[in-house]
Amino acid sequence: MAQGTYEKISLDLNFQKLVRDRTAFSWILTGVMLLSYYTFILVIAFSPHWLGVPISTRSIITWGIPVGILLIILSMVITGVYVLRCNREYDERLSEIISRLNV
Amino acid sequence: MRKPSFWLSSVIVSMLPSAVFAGSADTLNIPAVSMFLVFVSGTLAITLWAARRTRTASDFYAAGGKITGFQNGLAIAGDYMSAASFLGLSGLVFASGFDGIIYSIGFLVGWPIILFLIAERLRNLGRFTFADAVSFRLQATPIRSLSACGTLTVVLLYLIAQMVGAGKLIEVLFGFPYEFAVAVVGILMISYVTFGGMIATTWVQIVKAILLLSGASFLAFAVLWEVDFSFERLFQSAADSHASGSLILAPGQLISDPISAISLGLALMFGTAGLPHILMRFFTVPDAKEARKSVVFATGFVGYFYLLLFIIGFGAIFLVGANSNYLDADGIIIGGSNMAAIHLSQAVGGDLFLGFISAVAFATILAVVSGLTLAGASAISHDLYASVFCKEQPKDGSEIRVSRIATIALGLAAMILGLSFENQNVAYMVGLAFAIAASVNFPILFLSMYWKNLTTRGAFIGGFVGLISAVACVITGPTIWVSILGHAEPIFPYKHPALFSMSAAFISIYLFSIYDRSPQKSTEIKAFDNQFVQSIVGSIEEKK
Repeated sequence: MAQGTYEKISLDLNFQKLVRDRTAFSWILTGVMLLSYYTFILVIAFSPHWLGVPISTRSIITWGIPVGILLIILSMVITGVYVLRCNREYDERLSEIISRLNV
Repeated sequence: MRKPSFWLSSVIVSMLPSAVFAGSADTLNIPAVSMFLVFVSGTLAITLWAARRTRTASDFYAAGGKITGFQNGLAIAGDYMSAASFLGLSGLVFASGFDGIIYSIGFLVGWPIILFLIAERLRNLGRFTFADAVSFRLQATPIRSLSACGTLTVVLLYLIAQMVGAGKLIEVLFGFPYEFAVAVVGILMISYVTFGGMIATTWVQIVKAILLLSGASFLAFAVLWEVDFSFERLFQSAADSHASGSLILAPGQLISDPISAISLGLALMFGTAGLPHILMRFFTVPDAKEARKSVVFATGFVGYFYLLLFIIGFGAIFLVGANSNYLDADGIIIGGSNMAAIHLSQAVGGDLFLGFISAVAFATILAVVSGLTLAGASAISHDLYASVFCKEQPKDGSEIRVSRIATIALGLAAMILGLSFENQNVAYMVGLAFAIAASVNFPILFLSMYWKNLTTRGAFIGGFVGLISAVACVITGPTIWVSILGHAEPIFPYKHPALFSMSAAFISIYLFSIYDRSPQKSTEIKAFDNQFVQSIVGSIEEKK
């Protein structure tokens, strides 16, 4: 019965450790995204002139531009980081737990 | 099944000559019309192919679960890269420079959040709609009704905005009358969804995404070519041609106070995680792993697209904004700043490329409204009819039949609303849709997956609090109360309600769950543990 199976899995100590590790990882990455984005937004709200400063005396490009581009690239890269970790580590640990429990 | 599609396409083709003569010779864009016809025939062919493959409810709602992570990533990106973002965001960069980038970043950052918190668990807990996951351990009737309300309000708002935008765009690009444009979009979207379900909408979305990414890449490449691939020259030329000079390279007036800034940011970030037509796409892949991959590809495509828009927008400032061919007598861009990318395509690639980009803009509208209609129809047929009305035991074939009827009804409603709102300002509707998605759909989905003590009563009352507060704040806020209804001062001072409506929703859900004294509360809390394991491991039944 499916109910008993899920209960069996939830009682397994390795499963509980896996859940803790995965959850911590997800929340750390979520935190990175929230921190980066809201720092950017609050700088714009409170001190927008910081982003208007040119990156060098010979250039018209302001700091806002590389910061904005970096945020876009960060969003793309961080998703790759998550999936790589899941593929390499968490998926394997989960399938090991399941096969050992013979479900 | 074959005859209706051919009948439809011949009806449309025979309508065209009259539309050709209706539009005047110099507004009619022949390359655009021919490419539009090619695209429409192609999508109708896809629909026919999809119709033959659509037999079960699983096929209709979720393409039988056979879409791969990569394909789904493209489809999701396609859903997200609407005409509003392609034309609107590049138009915003054209008008205000850096402010456009602030908006695009806001639209992008929700995706990693979806990946880390939502995507896999959603796929593991549900089958066709996100309400499956929300009502997993809670009572079906109240929760499905709430989810359906959340879904239908978001879908209808988004649809009105898209239909009005589509009508106006087609009017300008192809020279067709507005009513005709709304009718064509409506009839086509009803056909795609009724006959081809999720299979058709997915593949139409994929084709359109490829066309849009290619077109935008060429546009950006052409802009960089003009400045010898130097970003320094790109920004210098833009600053030289723009009325505000080098101020466009810094944040402008878009974000004027921190409360609005945070509120808008919340709506964009968490609203994305509550959009029903996007969430539905997670059920089209076979398992959580492919769901995860979908988000990586989608984020990659959308991020790349926004980088292109940034180049396109700045390029348009000097290639279009300084070119008198595209300006009217007052020096303002013809058609408004939303036309910046369109004019740019003609400036760099002549009438042929203009035709291609116009047809692609039309394609994006069609694809997005189809996905929205399918999401709305699913809420009616799967959540309301099959789960609530038929108590999860619908008679064979009746669920698909109800979906098709719901699709036609929604399509007609969208057309009627599109015609009624022709001259209204509908720009606030997409923002309101995101705010509702963030204040209703996201809280109930997130808490149902993560919070043990969530109860039916808490979710139901809290969800409606979110919905009502979001709508009330917008109606009494500057956008409607002042600009549309004409009062002097708004009752609710901020343009973006999400900070308040989301807080109201989360607080209400919490309070009404904790103080819930109903008998089923303990059953629901006890059922969390098994739900939690399934959300991580996947459905054991499905694996067999």
